[in-house]
Amino acid sequence: MNEFAFYVAAAIAVLSTALVITRRNAVQALLYLALSLIAVAVVFYGYGAPFIAALEVIVYAGSIVVLFIFVVMMLNLGRRAAQAEARLLPPRIWIGPAVLAAVLLFEIVYLLARGPRLPVAAAAIPPRAVALALYGPYLLGVELASLLLLSALIGAYHLGWRRQPFPEVRDAPPESPAGLDSGRDSVRAGSRRSAGAA
Amino acid sequence: MVSPHPLVSLLAILLLALTLASGLIWFERRLLAWWQDRYGPNRVGPFGLLQVLADMIKIFAKEDWVPPFADKVAFILAPAIIVVTVLLSFAVLPFAPGVIVSDLNIALLFFLAMSSLGVYSIVLAGWSSDNKYSLLGGMRAAAQMLSYEVFMGLSLMGVVLLAGTFSLNGIVRAQRHLWFIVPQFAGFLLFFIAGLAETRRLPFDLPEAESELVAGFHSEYSGMKFGMFFVGEYLGITLISAMIAILFFGGWLGPGLPPLLWFFLKLFCFLSLFILMRAALPRPRFDQLMAWAWKLLLPLALLNLLVTGALVLAFLPRR
Repeated sequence: MNEFAFYVAAAIAVLSTALVITRRNAVQALLYLALSLIAVAVVFYGYGAPFIAALEVIVYAGSIVVLFIFVVMMLNLGRRAAQAEARLLPPRIWIGPAVLAAVLLFEIVYLLARGPRLPVAAAAIPPRAVALALYGPYLLGVELASLLLLSALIGAYHLGWRRQPFPEVRDAPPESPAGLDSGRDSVRAGSRRSAGAA
Repeated sequence: MVSPHPLVSLLAILLLALTLASGLIWFERRLLAWWQDRYGPNRVGPFGLLQVLADMIKIFAKEDWVPPFADKVAFILAPAIIVVTVLLSFAVLPFAPGVIVSDLNIALLFFLAMSSLGVYSIVLAGWSSDNKYSLLGGMRAAAQMLSYEVFMGLSLMGVVLLAGTFSLNGIVRAQRHLWFIVPQFAGFLLFFIAGLAETRRLPFDLPEAESELVAGFHSEYSGMKFGMFFVGEYLGITLISAMIAILFFGGWLGPGLPPLLWFFLKLFCFLSLFILMRAALPRPRFDQLMAWAWKLLLPLALLNLLVTGALVLAFLPRR
């Protein structure tokens, strides 16, 4: 890959990550996060790691961020949450992190300017080589990671498990006309209209 | 056979995919009508073939309306995403020896990546419309496509094990002696079911279930934006059918006829199968859909992978 493509992808990744932090609307922030992950995948591809690039898109951009968006949609935060976020993050709160980040930026620019250039184009690593490395010298790491994921899975299952499941709504007789619409619906789309009604 | 320049392939495949997808709308309506003992569209042009063209003119002439309460950027972006992600996947499909835009060595992963990015289109459409039914449709789509993606990838790993490569060209070549439908029949069934769910086709069209959600995620869409979703769906069917032909039925391989013809013959068989599914099956309930994915199909995919892996280890020579 030529250097130009690398710098474009890297710039998009940095810019979209900055936008992830500054967006007040959660769904918009998550969309920039997905964009940033795709840009990172392009960078990986350029460095000769097509397998990692593909997994980056499949696992992170394609599944995990979608899951985040799903949860945000389920909570349906809307405009009020954006206002709360705005109150939470007044401009002066940015000063500290901005100064520290600027120091880091200066440092990295300095190092880039005087240090030897790293090669952008490396030899492409085929998926087979990745597999042989993972299940050869790094087998222990893979097993530990899978143990961690398994315990997380069991934990999540335990948290979600109920001894007595809720009776299905469609079988239960309505207790009262008011009970039909009693806060059961966690989904409030078209929030402006329903906010007026509630 | 002389292989054409990639750019020529690119243009040809782009045109072909779009024509196929829109022609498929007519094909589906005629086929459904035939199965349901009626005529279907047969007035415009020979056999009603120009019906799609007439519909297209109508759809272009409609008012292209963006609801004032919608999130404008996401609303406009959503229909484009589905078409772009599906068309990008066509770039790695080998239609015949040499007729391919980009012979990536991770083509199969690229296909999975693009199909997982396609979810954004539906989710964004549902979210940006700011409408109860759209949002419910978008949430259903997110849950459904996320769940079915998991074992869609796993169901294909048996094929990868047998072929020893992620390259679709390599996978077709590996089927010279035996189509993978024979050793990977379970994988084929799982992939077909996942493909139905990924393209949100009946019986898995719960994100737009007309009887419950108006039109689901695209309730607020009109004009060509709706048309993009429509074409995107048919492009998706074409893509999954082509993937089934390539992964399990030897792609362009076959005796006698030219490879390109073999490929399209197989493609049309699976397109018809997709349409038959629509004619034959009712829609399940959403909780049934999710329960099948996680409690039945995912364990089956894992089992298939385990057995295939063991057999490959025991019987195939080391590469």
